[in-house]
Amino acid sequence: MKTLRWIFYALWFLLMVAGALGVYLRVSEGLQPTALGSYIVWCALPILDIYFIGLSAGAFLLSSLVYVFRVKQLEPVGKLALFTALVCLFLAILSAWFDIGHMERFLSVFTRPNFHSLMTWIVWLYSAYFLLLLAELWFALRRDLAGWAAQQDRRAQLARLILLGRTGLDAQTVEGDRRLLRILGTIGVPLAIAFHGGMGALFATLLARSYWYGPLYPIFFLTGALASGSALLLAVTVFAWPRRDETWRAMITLLSRILVGLLALDLLLEWAEVSTRVWYGVGAEVQTFQTVLFGPYWWVFWVFHILLGILIPFALIAMGQHRPWRLGAAGALVATLFMAVRLNIVIPGLITSAFPGLQEAYQGPRLLFSYFPSLTEWQVALFVFMLGIGLFYLGYRLLPLVQAPKEIA
Amino acid sequence: MSDKAAVTKRRQFLRGLAAAGGAAVALSVIEKLGASPETALAEHEARIQNAVNANADPATLDSLERMRVELVEALKKPANQRRWIMVIDLRKCVGCSACTVACVAENKLPPGVVYRPVIDEEIGAYPNVTRRFLPRPCMQCDNPPCVPVCPVSATFKRPDGIVAIDYEACIGCRYCITACPYAARVFDFGEAYTDGTPSGPAAVAGAQARGYEAAANFEYGNRYPRQKGESPIGNARKCHFCIHRIENGMLPACTTTCIGRATYFGDANDAASLVSELIAQPNVLRLKEELGTEPKVHYLM
Repeated sequence: MKTLRWIFYALWFLLMVAGALGVYLRVSEGLQPTALGSYIVWCALPILDIYFIGLSAGAFLLSSLVYVFRVKQLEPVGKLALFTALVCLFLAILSAWFDIGHMERFLSVFTRPNFHSLMTWIVWLYSAYFLLLLAELWFALRRDLAGWAAQQDRRAQLARLILLGRTGLDAQTVEGDRRLLRILGTIGVPLAIAFHGGMGALFATLLARSYWYGPLYPIFFLTGALASGSALLLAVTVFAWPRRDETWRAMITLLSRILVGLLALDLLLEWAEVSTRVWYGVGAEVQTFQTVLFGPYWWVFWVFHILLGILIPFALIAMGQHRPWRLGAAGALVATLFMAVRLNIVIPGLITSAFPGLQEAYQGPRLLFSYFPSLTEWQVALFVFMLGIGLFYLGYRLLPLVQAPKEIA
Repeated sequence: MSDKAAVTKRRQFLRGLAAAGGAAVALSVIEKLGASPETALAEHEARIQNAVNANADPATLDSLERMRVELVEALKKPANQRRWIMVIDLRKCVGCSACTVACVAENKLPPGVVYRPVIDEEIGAYPNVTRRFLPRPCMQCDNPPCVPVCPVSATFKRPDGIVAIDYEACIGCRYCITACPYAARVFDFGEAYTDGTPSGPAAVAGAQARGYEAAANFEYGNRYPRQKGESPIGNARKCHFCIHRIENGMLPACTTTCIGRATYFGDANDAASLVSELIAQPNVLRLKEELGTEPKVHYLM
């Protein structure tokens, strides 16, 4: 087991270094080492951004089932859900930051904001959500950390550092925590709906892009967030939960049922979106949808999204009653392959030329409608993923995210 | 006089005439060649100034000179009373792309950055085939979709209607590029034409070219030397009707360079201007009008 852990550390370190080299190139050379152009202006990093922010919003909304709606069955997973939301949010912000042309000017969104722009709203709401998540996680962990602080080991020092003196374990303080958690969670629910619905609206409001333009995206983004977030949480709970008891079994069963419902809703919305646009085969978007469904990257939609991202997870959950790993595998498949959904949102919206013949009108290295991520983009993506794994592992090892309440009582 | 003698005389006369004409043409060419560009420009400026002073009948002027006169007049008004528009006569455009190249030279555009491509469209089926050329500058929309999306208000509509970008404020998020229905915005990735070319003593020309590529452009009336990591590298860029030229009494580079006088520029708030006359015709159209962006580039079909 120890050897396995060291192999994991070494592999993580190597991949992190490979990713960091790409980040260095990205920071020192600007966007030049990317394969982006003036027609395909957004790709790998914005896709990562909306992917992670979806996971974050989904995990957070699930945590609100515990802290706001008091769903007892899911209570043990509340802290893990909050921490997942925080890590994913951090990765989303990082991906967005790596994507802008002048990284040093990111503070301008706060110092000279244009509140007509949905991008401004999203950045401000991300920030508010970040602070809220920190506060909520602090209150959620406080009781467990206060338990640690009372002991005499290294964990106690860490706990005291985090708690900033609020180490009381009396009923009144604990009840105060619970009340504050509920208030914060209640503020968080509309906030999460606003920023992730807003993310959908960021695309859906662009009149210039008929593939994105329309009222369904904000709802579609939210459903997708909930589905992918609960899938991630299901996978983590199945594979990383320390106690395989009845509570755990009840938790993963409920999570898998939630996931099935959300995936079905997501599929329904997707059907509404695609079928209404292409039914009669007339209109500006028909060609774009044809490219998505039957173009050179047809397998992204059919294999990654429909088969591996929806149908197989459905089957795994249906057959997973007595085999929890199947539920975990279903969650992991949905959570990772939701990337295909994000990819099929961003790229097709950009591949349609504003005018036929534009690409041939003036030739240039950045004036193309074809795109494949450059090595640097893969490296930056790898860095973001590895950082996420690192942070998650660190949190899992250092914080009382999966502790049973009994242990510290 | 015999017929033969008459023919000889006529030939001699024609020959003499041709010689005299040729000498006159040669003289005028030599005269023109002799004049330095500065003198020629000064003469041109003087002619325009005279026309302005004398309130000359615009119809008697060449269209370019008339537009210059009108431009100088419009500049006397407060900025918010001007309304710069462009008119492109597609029947006159031959697709030479001189406007594209003039724009690239004027604004020192790097590889992959273009403000005014000319789209070449083939129409019909053989043997009934023709081509249509569509120069596509920024439409300088009255209701620009690119402006409200900017998170830091780095792009804005000026009082004279031109949509500008504050390079020093732009964070390079590219949201405006996705919002433009005309694909009129591009991103500057920081490339140079001399990237990957040999350097060192043996490549003197290359070194000179590199110096040229680093030279400043004067967009928006500012100096923007091309330096790594500095704006406009990492920014969205677009056509601005050559604002820096307009404000110094000059027409946009694409307009002066058009070999067929197919591009017109002027103040639509001046009812007597050439552009105002041109857009009051039934064969005028604007691109994607159904979107409600109110473009200020008009096409004559």
